[in-house]
Amino acid sequence: MFFRLTAFVVIGLLALRAASAEPVTHTTLENGLEVVVIEDRRAPVVVHMVWYKVGAADEPPLQSGIAHFLEHLMFKGTDTMDSGEFSRVVEANGGRDNAFTSWDYTGYFQRVASDRLELMMQMEADRMANLSFTEDDWLPERAVILEERGQVLESRVGGQFNEAMMATLYKSHPYGIPIIGWRHEMETLTGQNAMDFYDRHYGPNNAILVIAGDVDTGDALDMARHIYGPVPANPDIAPVIRPNEPPHLAERRLVFEDARVGTPYVSRMYLAPVRRTGDQSQAAALQMLAALLGGSSTTSVLERRLNFEQGIALSAWAGYSGMARDYGTFSLGIAPVDGVSLEDAEAALDAAVADFLENGIDQAQFDRVRRQIKASEIYALDDMQGRARQYGVGLSIGLGVDDISGWVDALDAVTPDDVIAAGQFLLDRRNSVTGYLTQPTATSTSEVTQ
Amino acid sequence: MTRLLALTATLFIALAAPLRAEVSITPVTSDSGLQAWLVEERSIPFVALELIFAGGATLDDDATAGATSLMTALLSEGAGDLDAQAYAARSEELAARIGFDAGRDTVSVSVRFLTEDADAVIDHVRMALTDPRFDADAVERVRGQMLSKLRRDALDPNTLASRAFAQAAYGDHPYGRASDGTVDTVAALDIDALQAAHQGAIARDRVFIGAAGDIDADELARLIDRLFDGIPAEGAPIPDRAEFSAPAGLEVIPFDGPQSVIAFGHDGIARDDPDFLTAYVVNEVFGGGRFGTRLMESLRVQRSLTYGVGSFLASGLLGESYQGRMSTDNVNAAAAIDLLREEWAQIAKSGISADDLSRIQTYLTGAYPLRFDGNAAIASTMASMQYQGFDIEYVNIRNDLIDALTLDQVNAMAARLYDADALHFVVVGQPEGLE
Repeated sequence: MFFRLTAFVVIGLLALRAASAEPVTHTTLENGLEVVVIEDRRAPVVVHMVWYKVGAADEPPLQSGIAHFLEHLMFKGTDTMDSGEFSRVVEANGGRDNAFTSWDYTGYFQRVASDRLELMMQMEADRMANLSFTEDDWLPERAVILEERGQVLESRVGGQFNEAMMATLYKSHPYGIPIIGWRHEMETLTGQNAMDFYDRHYGPNNAILVIAGDVDTGDALDMARHIYGPVPANPDIAPVIRPNEPPHLAERRLVFEDARVGTPYVSRMYLAPVRRTGDQSQAAALQMLAALLGGSSTTSVLERRLNFEQGIALSAWAGYSGMARDYGTFSLGIAPVDGVSLEDAEAALDAAVADFLENGIDQAQFDRVRRQIKASEIYALDDMQGRARQYGVGLSIGLGVDDISGWVDALDAVTPDDVIAAGQFLLDRRNSVTGYLTQPTATSTSEVTQ
Repeated sequence: MTRLLALTATLFIALAAPLRAEVSITPVTSDSGLQAWLVEERSIPFVALELIFAGGATLDDDATAGATSLMTALLSEGAGDLDAQAYAARSEELAARIGFDAGRDTVSVSVRFLTEDADAVIDHVRMALTDPRFDADAVERVRGQMLSKLRRDALDPNTLASRAFAQAAYGDHPYGRASDGTVDTVAALDIDALQAAHQGAIARDRVFIGAAGDIDADELARLIDRLFDGIPAEGAPIPDRAEFSAPAGLEVIPFDGPQSVIAFGHDGIARDDPDFLTAYVVNEVFGGGRFGTRLMESLRVQRSLTYGVGSFLASGLLGESYQGRMSTDNVNAAAAIDLLREEWAQIAKSGISADDLSRIQTYLTGAYPLRFDGNAAIASTMASMQYQGFDIEYVNIRNDLIDALTLDQVNAMAARLYDADALHFVVVGQPEGLE
């Protein structure tokens, strides 16, 4: 697509897909740049990615959206390249380029024929240290990100609902602030704000280079040393201290009403642990829990019970996002059939989860999930860009290469008892927010028309 | 300065040696006469298989609109002696990834399976294609999901814009309606309609088969015969062509949201037109889905009127149009439409420059190999190329055809394709300043 992507959704089931049958090499250059090379010689194509370990959760007060704004401005030139030239050169070489911003990281990537890798490295190394733009660049681009917010968020009621859920789930931590920013703050962002953010956070010593595809590992590392090696480490880089969450003593609830809601639903989000380097067992148990509860639109526990048996759900789901630096989330949801209230749907959802945790796991389902995880390791090898992304995200949030390549083994080690133990927190709603997305009620509609 | 010189040198070398797609396609004919294209790639122990059945939702009657879509959604909801739960559980045991999808022009089947389970997976897919159960409870469940989606679509400005444009363009032809039907038609679909849709859509006379991965030609031939055992020879007749008939002008569909979604376009170029590739190249310069196009430069970079704008050749099985989409804040809608008209008129009058052509040739020829970077992508491309009527040699000559295009040819196409006075606009939102 032609839009700058903004990664609102952290990896859920995709996290299953890290795989390691092909050689993965990891090293760190003297200037601090981490380099990962994944060889895949099937097609003459290479993916070249640079990930900065900084994102929307590192923004200064009153500047929400600055990480994403900077991502846009990274295409506006350097000391030696004109505004827009980066993408023009990629395009002139038959490549595709894009970028994305999350709370924890900002990534830039190109897919090109493998003999163009050196050129991509030269340009990416250049803008790692030499970004340069003028007001003629940043002022119109600020209008573009406001249009972006209008299109991808404000025009989609589900997106606005999710924004409200996150803002309610987090009392203190910046994961509660939307990546794209609050509109009223975005309107005040300046080029200087973006340049300050760049000066403080961008540099080889806060970045990860991932090269995947048709390369020889040794050649790629030599090329990286030659091109990225001379970029000086940025002495101003220091980790941002992010606020932690205080204890959550009361569950939160919200009702989001909008005339554009076509299918009302209930969404529940819990704070959950993340994948930790050297200890992914708890996260793996939560991933298995999500797979059992909601991993299939037919056979998962929630679909089977709420949709197939009770007939009260159009669909019901569960998901776990553990690929974040500070907090993960576990989500549950149900969209009821016509005639079932959101209150009744929520109660049925809670009952289904409680019943699962009390009565244990169907061993046949557990075995099928495990078999699919094994197979996903093979299918994942077909998706070079997906694999590169796994390593980029993982290293950005503090995981090691072994954690990423060992994820399938961690999942494989989970027992049914582990899943039940890990799921107990779902019974305590103090750590959660529950939202209803619905059409305006009849009462408030009539008030509006009067 | 040194860096600039280095860049220029690399660029020159890159331009001098355009890369070719290194794809070796084997044509396969099975004992029963089915044709397939195979790209053998043995390094990962799985196979991707793609089937495209031509016809799709155009086969529905007005009264049964949505039947093909609902039928296709039900293929994985129980077949043979397995109900929906048992069918899905068996798919999971086999660790196969099986997808059925219905569109306006096609029903497609995408399967990925581990080499070791080939026969079992093929039998499992065949059961869905030849012997779907359409159990009453499954029909009601999936119908409920489809009705829910239709109600969501009715409140989605992007869908509203596309539907209104199709309606204006094709009127009573099946191209003028939504592939998923309406709340009324879907609510009324009965088991007979679903069985008729199944009989009509899944047949040997309209299938195109692509495969890639850990399999050779003989084994593929054997598997596709196994898969098609029991699938009828002929399906339902495919309707006549759809003629584009949207009048020039503008229609506004009031919708309460912060932005206006704008669908725009006019008549297009048939995909079997000898100059289709030329039109494709012109569109890539003008509005192909990426940065660096004229529309993005004009509306996003220069004027900040949008986050994204693009145009596309909507050349289908039965008819063609040339369309674009954009979103903009309501206050900017009138300015955006004026600018679109200007760009349209400009390219019709002046065409593109020699530099534009040279740059797009380098881009398109260089980007071509990126389409062939995985078994799943390759299998899908193999089926799609046959469906679209390409010769098996096309992969090897396509870049030469693009490089051979002259500026005169391209600009003759620009003059033929673009007609600012014929543009039909659909605006969904609360646009300001429009009559």
